[in-house]
Amino acid sequence: MTVIDLQKVSKRFLIHRKRQLATDRARRAKSTLEDFWALRDVSFQVEAGENVALVGGNGAGKSTLLGIVVGVITATSGEVRKVGRLGALLELGTGFHPDLSGQENIHLNASLLGFRRADVEREFDSIVDFAELSDFIEEPVRTYSSGMVARLAFSVAVHIDPDILIMDEVLSVGDKGFQEKCKKRIHDLAGQGKTLLFVSHQSAAVEALCPRTVWLEKGRVRLDGPTEEVVPLYEAAMTELSQIRDSAEVVQTRLAAGDDAD
Amino acid sequence: MSAAALSHDHLYILFNLVAKDFKVRYRNMSLGILWSLVNPIVMMVVLTFVFTVLFEQARKNFPLFLLLGLLPYNFFSLGWSTGTSSIIDNAPLIKRVPFWRELLPISVVLGNALHYVIQMVLFLGAVLWFTGFNLQWVWIPFLIVLQVVFVCGLSLISASLDVYYRDVRYVVESTNLILFWLCPIFYGMVDVDPSIRWVYELNPVSAVIYVMRRICLQALPPPVMTLAKIALVSFATLALGAYTFRRLKKNFADHL
Repeated sequence: MTVIDLQKVSKRFLIHRKRQLATDRARRAKSTLEDFWALRDVSFQVEAGENVALVGGNGAGKSTLLGIVVGVITATSGEVRKVGRLGALLELGTGFHPDLSGQENIHLNASLLGFRRADVEREFDSIVDFAELSDFIEEPVRTYSSGMVARLAFSVAVHIDPDILIMDEVLSVGDKGFQEKCKKRIHDLAGQGKTLLFVSHQSAAVEALCPRTVWLEKGRVRLDGPTEEVVPLYEAAMTELSQIRDSAEVVQTRLAAGDDAD
Repeated sequence: MSAAALSHDHLYILFNLVAKDFKVRYRNMSLGILWSLVNPIVMMVVLTFVFTVLFEQARKNFPLFLLLGLLPYNFFSLGWSTGTSSIIDNAPLIKRVPFWRELLPISVVLGNALHYVIQMVLFLGAVLWFTGFNLQWVWIPFLIVLQVVFVCGLSLISASLDVYYRDVRYVVESTNLILFWLCPIFYGMVDVDPSIRWVYELNPVSAVIYVMRRICLQALPPPVMTLAKIALVSFATLALGAYTFRRLKKNFADHL
């Protein structure tokens, strides 16, 4: 069964651009709207129980795409269909209030993520245990370290028990030990037949968790297939890109140096 | 998901959001909830001074009369202005978490309503001391609910517009300032020229103040027509607010 179905999804952002041409008085300080297509005709389907990774460079449209699937962003055109309860983790700790205690924040955050009161009460202890915060749960979150906040947020999110779990670059939190714990938890969820769609820059995590990878480039699907085929190609392209950037930098430095010499 | 389950989930979010605002506001304050009484009492003292010492005042119980204007007006203006900025103030949530957006302005208005109710309870305690209880008090909760409906409706409109045009909050602030003078706060409905009184009756804030004073100070029931007008305008505003908000909320994330 297809649980996420994207048909020719496009997203246009309007960018306000201020023109500041001091020489041209008529156009001076006149702001214009410019189109920016974050996504262009993106189509793919995710089947129930499938684990899919989204990779791509900065500005490829990964976060926009996740936002559209989750429902916080509306697509400009195209169709988005979802089946089942959706758990979204687009940024850890969104909605946490520093002055509230860990306990109060669990309730607030969990309700916003779609928990019912009974779910939270049932899962409360295991949320706290997983986050390893039993001793601090009555303390205000502003006294927590950033690692503690991330642990609490992650713990709440993975206890929602969603059919579809959507995550944006959340595996890079906490210390090594906690990261391993997160990966294991996600692995367990995947094993339970949950559908997973996640963005990560860590190729190792992608390879470990997702048999399938979708590579986005400049808002379009560049490649969609088995991870062991897509990720090496993607990595190679990224290395090449950074080499080009490096050599461009060298040229620029030399030019600058040449300018100085004149 | 059935409609009942949906609304049950929403109530849980709403409860948590209101509790958050309430706790955050008073945590780390030694006077706590008493602060919500300071502003209306200071205003009352100042206005009483101006209108009994500097100008002549024929009304008896003028401080009570004033508070019956100030409390409903304060709820209206604070609820509306904080409701207006509620979406922008919670931009990270809007951009990351897909919950029902209407809950943000509604929770902010309900948070202010909670203070309003506390103030009214304490105020009625004072009235009990000065003039005694009367049966018409049963109307008061009903009037508060209508006011909440009205402020929710206005906030849904202004909060969604504020995302697209940040000037809206300044328009709201100025409107509040104007309404302070155009609502019968330090004067009564009888002081208003009969030819323009219909405008006052269509403004739920003025009408609620008028009805509250009849109930508390004269022990008279609310005129049916006035009550009907308050209800009509309030629910019409809520309907318009719900419609506007639903239309505009789709692209909130693009503008935050």
